[in-house]
Amino acid sequence: MTVQAPPQPPATAAGPAGQPGDRRGFQPNKTFWILLALPGMLWLIVLFVVPFYAVLAIGEGKLNTQTKSPIAVYNPFSWSSANLSNVLHEIFGAQAFIGPTVVTTILYVAAASILSLLIAYPAAYFVARFAGRRKGFFLVLLVAPFWISYMMRMLAWIDLLQTNGYVNKVWSFIGLGSPNWLGGHSYTVILGLVYGYIPYLILVLYAGLDRINPSLLEAGRDLGLSRAATFWRVTLPLSRQPILTGMLITVLPMIGDYYTNTLLSGAPGTAMIGNVIDGQLTEPFAAGQGAILSMVVLLVLIGPMIYYVVATNRTSQAAS
Amino acid sequence: MSDTLVATPTPVEGARSSRPGRFRNPWRHPWFLEGFTWLYLVWSLAPIVVAVLFSFNNGKSQSAFQGLSVRWYWGDKVNSIWYNPQLHSAIFQTLRLSFYTTLIAVPIGVAFALGINKWRGRVSASFNFLMILSFVVPELIFGVALYFIFTQMPGLHQVGLGTRAEVLGLVSWNLSWPAIIVQARLVTIGKQYEEASADLGCTHLQTLRRVMLPLLMPAIFASAILVFSGVIDDFVVVDLLSSNGSTQPMSVIIYSTVHGGNNGPALNALATVMLLMSFVVAGLGFVGYRLMTRGQRVSGQQTLATLAGAD
Repeated sequence: MTVQAPPQPPATAAGPAGQPGDRRGFQPNKTFWILLALPGMLWLIVLFVVPFYAVLAIGEGKLNTQTKSPIAVYNPFSWSSANLSNVLHEIFGAQAFIGPTVVTTILYVAAASILSLLIAYPAAYFVARFAGRRKGFFLVLLVAPFWISYMMRMLAWIDLLQTNGYVNKVWSFIGLGSPNWLGGHSYTVILGLVYGYIPYLILVLYAGLDRINPSLLEAGRDLGLSRAATFWRVTLPLSRQPILTGMLITVLPMIGDYYTNTLLSGAPGTAMIGNVIDGQLTEPFAAGQGAILSMVVLLVLIGPMIYYVVATNRTSQAAS
Repeated sequence: MSDTLVATPTPVEGARSSRPGRFRNPWRHPWFLEGFTWLYLVWSLAPIVVAVLFSFNNGKSQSAFQGLSVRWYWGDKVNSIWYNPQLHSAIFQTLRLSFYTTLIAVPIGVAFALGINKWRGRVSASFNFLMILSFVVPELIFGVALYFIFTQMPGLHQVGLGTRAEVLGLVSWNLSWPAIIVQARLVTIGKQYEEASADLGCTHLQTLRRVMLPLLMPAIFASAILVFSGVIDDFVVVDLLSSNGSTQPMSVIIYSTVHGGNNGPALNALATVMLLMSFVVAGLGFVGYRLMTRGQRVSGQQTLATLAGAD
């Protein structure tokens, strides 16, 4: 019945120390295992580490004024900070055009993730605790959006939110007029983000809540707590970790999202940081700045990312 | 209804509950929560049903239904997905990318997981950390980095944009699935099997082939399913690394067509094909996983969670 951890990065190579059977002398040569891991390691170097270095080199590099494209400088000692200072200037400076976008991004992501949590938690809680024999049935429905492409899910809403679409038919029926949902409104974008990312959150929450040992809740009830108090003092503290990792797993991709608001709004007023990065890639003269901007975003997110890795590692070690 | 989870003999609740009326029974069914869950499910799935319905629309509209037809699948000689070369090729591009990516990413990821799991040193720990990091890095930032190396970097820009770049990018983006899932499975399997096989005189290779791989088969299969369906759904990496219409898979076609403002029910038909593809893969995954884990007391719910990557 129990479903384990969220996407589960397993034990690190350091492993649970002192596990019985972890005998050093047991495997005299490690060469075999190193060879086995080698292709993956090389792949990670060439297509994960090097690309990020290249982005730095391009961002800190020069500009070819003829072709309007950036020239990468791979030697860090001759890096120029022109792009970096440009980007910082545009985020914090007086006539900054990225600054407002950063604010929009933060607001949208915050609103969308809080809304997601408020919707996802009760649903996950119900399925994990009270679905009883219908658990499998509910789980299928909760998991279904995973198998439906993001683009299709957005397309579905675009159909519904047309000015003469079904949503407006209902809307005008109850006398609320027929708003132009897709005309560049922040609420449409936020709802789109919620709709897009909530399945990931809900599954992490479900897995976490399902893992809670029911006898702890029984103990709470036996010791005289009401249902609400049991929830408040036992269930909620125990679901702190799934809430955190679930929020991270939705917030991180939301920050890099440029398609949701392109599809549901398209107005420059609702642009997020992802739109700026995506737009600068192919814009003459701006690719270097796009590179630096993506590095700045990465730098801001590296803390939460590492936290996620460490937290999931801990969960999986506790589970094993 | 809470019986399976909180299987207690209903205790002395009357004695301690001083609140009136319907609040008296502490084990009552949470109708409010159930209603809320149903609302959520309707909100999350009804739009999809409507979108699928519109793919069978007899008219051009995506907001008013004008009768059933299959014109957007093959009836229309110009705009249906069967006859429109761009929509047509997008389907095959998606399949091609999924196939190649799975074929490359799964063996490399599985070997990586096995090697890292047994190696246990500072180097392997750092690489494992990198691998998990590649799982959480925002896709746009990763895609931008790949875009730059395939267009600019000496030694790699020869790859250029297009199918080759897409496959390379997708493999890096999906490599963490088999690596993570297989490592998790290795932890649950424990060491006793390989120790036994080593005690009986098997070499590393023999242990791997005769003991470990068979034991890991369900995990490998699940990760292959996840990679394959992940590529069907993928958008950012392929959007940034595709070169032109002929290398754009379905997700990118849907995005660029909607963005360009000339969408019609044919797009819904394309999305429905995509949906069908994912569901077929999911169904195969479910059945296959159940068959492979026969006799291991793996529940259907567990299988579902595994195939959604939540295990």
